[in-house]
Amino acid sequence: MRIFWAVLARDLRLSLRHGADTLAALLFFMVTASLFPLAIGPAPDTLGRIAPGIVWVCALLAALLPLDRLFGADLDDGSLDLLLLSGLPAFGIAAAKSLSHWVVTGVPLLLAAGPVAIMLRMPQDAIPVLLLGLLLGSLLLSLFGTMAASIVLGARRGGVLLPLLVLPLVTPVLIFGAAAADAAAGGFSARPHLLLLAAMLAAALPLCPLAAGAGLRAAVE
Amino acid sequence: MHAIRAARPPRWKCPPGKPERFAVLTAEGVAVFRGERLVFRDVSLAVPVGGALILAGANGSGKSTLLRMLAGLVRPAAGLVLWDGADAFADLAQHGERVAYLGHQDAVKPGLTVTENLHFAAAVSRRPIPAALEAVGLEALADLPSRMLSAGQKRRLAIARLVLSTAALWLLDEPTLGLDTASIDRFGSLLGRHRQGGGIVVAATHVPLPLPGATELRLS
Repeated sequence: MRIFWAVLARDLRLSLRHGADTLAALLFFMVTASLFPLAIGPAPDTLGRIAPGIVWVCALLAALLPLDRLFGADLDDGSLDLLLLSGLPAFGIAAAKSLSHWVVTGVPLLLAAGPVAIMLRMPQDAIPVLLLGLLLGSLLLSLFGTMAASIVLGARRGGVLLPLLVLPLVTPVLIFGAAAADAAAGGFSARPHLLLLAAMLAAALPLCPLAAGAGLRAAVE
Repeated sequence: MHAIRAARPPRWKCPPGKPERFAVLTAEGVAVFRGERLVFRDVSLAVPVGGALILAGANGSGKSTLLRMLAGLVRPAAGLVLWDGADAFADLAQHGERVAYLGHQDAVKPGLTVTENLHFAAAVSRRPIPAALEAVGLEALADLPSRMLSAGQKRRLAIARLVLSTAALWLLDEPTLGLDTASIDRFGSLLGRHRQGGGIVVAATHVPLPLPGATELRLS
């Protein structure tokens, strides 16, 4: 467990030092979300109705951005070998990387999602549900993303392959996440949608790091 | 394909605390494929406590692959690697704790300072960073961003990671690449101290290394 926190601390320090890369995902999220009022028009009822979908899709795409370098830099300079020899099993390394991706990308997106939703005139009483759904969803994105990043690691066009691998996997997350916010906006109960998201998280939490660990082992071979 | 046996492979677990000369690390008839290509086969080796093994051979003869195999990073297609008489790769994470690997890449992050580059290794082994920097002569550069280091200094930083590690098995891939003579001398004393403490060194190299009494395994 000590090594797990050491891996996390190392990754957070690296992200802090490369602040521009870290901010890029957040800025991408805010810029793409603010393109929608320009393209669709600022009519509050139209925007407000599609706001949950916009926030979700933009967050999903923004979370993809840093995945390419999540393991790529470590593979290129040989650090990944040392991580795998640190005494922490490969799935532990993958879990620490997922958590660092969530802290560095998921949490800022979560913080920015509220203001963006308000900007898009989303009904205010639905915003807490949107954020709750995004909290579960961003964790799922980090887990699925880490798994996909480790699988494409070492592939020549890995960066292109990555979205093609992640996006189909996270469509259920998108469907139930956006549906939860829609339900809340329409005055229905969001509970079943959120519970389904939580169930997916419960399944992904052990399985994704295991798959990612196997991917890492294969990548260094 | 030549293979030598430096010592008799152990048939039993050595009693703890005895200055035994039985091999701790043994490989028997290992073969490794890289993709479709057979890199080497029928390689056997044995290294006793405090021993050293030098891997020699032409470029592309599989020295680095053999080191990575011994580290547990590459799976052997055939054969057996034993640590203290038991299958070394039964638990890869546990084997990782026994191994300190110095690859041909230094794994130095240019954005971090010299000290910060060692934080992770120090957190794993709980050993002090300043002592490790002193052992490789980098103590004056501790707070310098490591992008400013020369190739040789980066190599010394990677060697400082070996000093920090508590692993018994040092796997070194061209360890003296880019080092000046003073650094090589210092590295020699580090190797000596590691072996005196019962550690094992396996090194792939083209140049003579300060490893007195090392056996040589020539790959072809």
